[in-house]
Amino acid sequence: MIAVFKHELRNYFHSLSAYVFGAFLLVFVGIGAMRYNIWAAVSNFEYVLSFGSLVFVVIVPVLTMRVIAEERRQKTDQLLYSLPITTFQVIMGKYLALLALYLIPLAVISIYPLIFAHFGEVYLPTSYGSILAFFIMGAALIALGMFISSLTDNQGLAAGIGVAVILFNYYSVSLSEYVSGSAFGSVVALLVLILVLGAVVRYITRNENLAYAICIVLTVGVAVLFYADSAALEDLLPDMMRALSLFDRFNTFVNGMFDMTAIVYYLSVIVFFLFLSVQSLEKRRYN
Amino acid sequence: MIKVEHLTKCYGDVTAVSDLSFEIGDGQVYGFLGPNGAGKSTTMNIMTGCLSATDGRVIIDGYDIFEEPLKAKAQIGYLPEQPPLYMSETPLEYLRFVGEAKGLRGGELARQIDEVVERTKIGDVKNRCIYALSKGYRQRVGIAQALLGNPRVIILDEPTVGLDPIQIIEIRELIKQLGQTHTVILSSHILSEVQTMCEKIMIIARGRLIAFDTPENLERQLSSPGEISLTTEAGEEEAREILSGLDGIDDMSFAPAASGLLSVKIRTGTDNIYGLSRSIFFAFARRDRALVEMALKKADLEDIFIELTEGGAESGEAKK
Repeated sequence: MIAVFKHELRNYFHSLSAYVFGAFLLVFVGIGAMRYNIWAAVSNFEYVLSFGSLVFVVIVPVLTMRVIAEERRQKTDQLLYSLPITTFQVIMGKYLALLALYLIPLAVISIYPLIFAHFGEVYLPTSYGSILAFFIMGAALIALGMFISSLTDNQGLAAGIGVAVILFNYYSVSLSEYVSGSAFGSVVALLVLILVLGAVVRYITRNENLAYAICIVLTVGVAVLFYADSAALEDLLPDMMRALSLFDRFNTFVNGMFDMTAIVYYLSVIVFFLFLSVQSLEKRRYN
Repeated sequence: MIKVEHLTKCYGDVTAVSDLSFEIGDGQVYGFLGPNGAGKSTTMNIMTGCLSATDGRVIIDGYDIFEEPLKAKAQIGYLPEQPPLYMSETPLEYLRFVGEAKGLRGGELARQIDEVVERTKIGDVKNRCIYALSKGYRQRVGIAQALLGNPRVIILDEPTVGLDPIQIIEIRELIKQLGQTHTVILSSHILSEVQTMCEKIMIIARGRLIAFDTPENLERQLSSPGEISLTTEAGEEEAREILSGLDGIDDMSFAPAASGLLSVKIRTGTDNIYGLSRSIFFAFARRDRALVEMALKKADLEDIFIELTEGGAESGEAKK
């Protein structure tokens, strides 16, 4: 694992993506700090991070697009499989390297509240609480990006899907106000989700019967629920979109609360996507 | 050293390897021969833990590759068909990564890297970017990687494909040297290569093992006929008459040759091809007809290979 970690880290410094990631993050947070803390003379650093979180939409996919896709393209994944290390160690080594890279610009950002504190009243606990949450949210997005990278051998495609998914996640709360809250609307949305899930299962397992079986079981389940208790389905879709939003939970921290449930939520997202990444790598052995 | 038992691998409906079993001992060069698509790479990928098997077992030095993959893999150095190199690194950086991943540290790592760099003769290019190296050097870096950690088995998948003739000779030389200290398994679809490098040959076709023996034994077992071609001043009728008195000729064909001579091709299934050629010589001599040219062609591994793999004509063609 340490070998993979060191190797990845060295690779990132050889290539441009680490520098692009760091530079964009610093520039964006810098602009935020100028707008809020200097021009508007607001003493809360949290708002800057809330503003800065938008940049994740672009920089996380840029950072994570090559992490596994490139191994597959170069066929170096065969080397990783044949080395006496487990897939879990490979994924962990890569993920920790990404986190280490992410910590470098974040360390610079952590100095800002201290600087501002020299010129006025800054409430440091909320500033640093938010920076910690900012770190964990970014870590969750990086885990997501890594999983997307493991699905393809095309870096560009990985980046494109990554941007689309994170952008959707960013706006899912605002979008949730426009989607239908009626029970019937929820049913339609669930059916679409079931079809998408079936397609994904079919793509990953190449087993059509399994995909059809999952679709049919879930569809029957939704139908039963709709006829038995349609009230339960009301507002389900908007609620789901809100629940899935990683960015929405960050706002609690910006508002000055340190929300442990959100931290647990982020950690679960990280574990979930790391698990999927390991499975995605393992699956390549079976196709 | 390596035991493969009833190995089967299916891709959906396609069976790439079916019920393959063999056992490999210590310290020799083994050749894995078969036409393209015969299942060579699939088998090697399974043996090195890169691919799962549908059924069967692979035991490396007592460790099952599926049950105890880390211990089994530590005994193997593997060079896949396409060398798995990070193009943006130098060979030295690359070898350091592989060595660390194989659990080498500090002085031992440096010592082993020096050793494999020396053995594969990549010292001149070790600080150049792999991207800028020729295919031959990349192959060497790939072999160097496989040698790290001092594995007992080295598995090389088509190590000479895509190299120029001089590079091929160099790589063959290197593989022969490795065979003195390691068990080497290499795959190829080129016969002459396997014949010159390997002490034992496994022939695989359509996912099945069809022969496993030394090159000499394989030639000896041969049922495939030899061929004698000769040129004589006798006319066709006369030649036919002379030859029909001899034993051991299965088939003959005649064609006019230059300067009014006649060329004859004789196919024979006899074990004693020299005895036959001797009696042909005297039969013509007795009739006072000169043989101006005579050539024997013994069936070689090429014929065995074609004979063994030609269950389905398509796999025989795929070879070329």
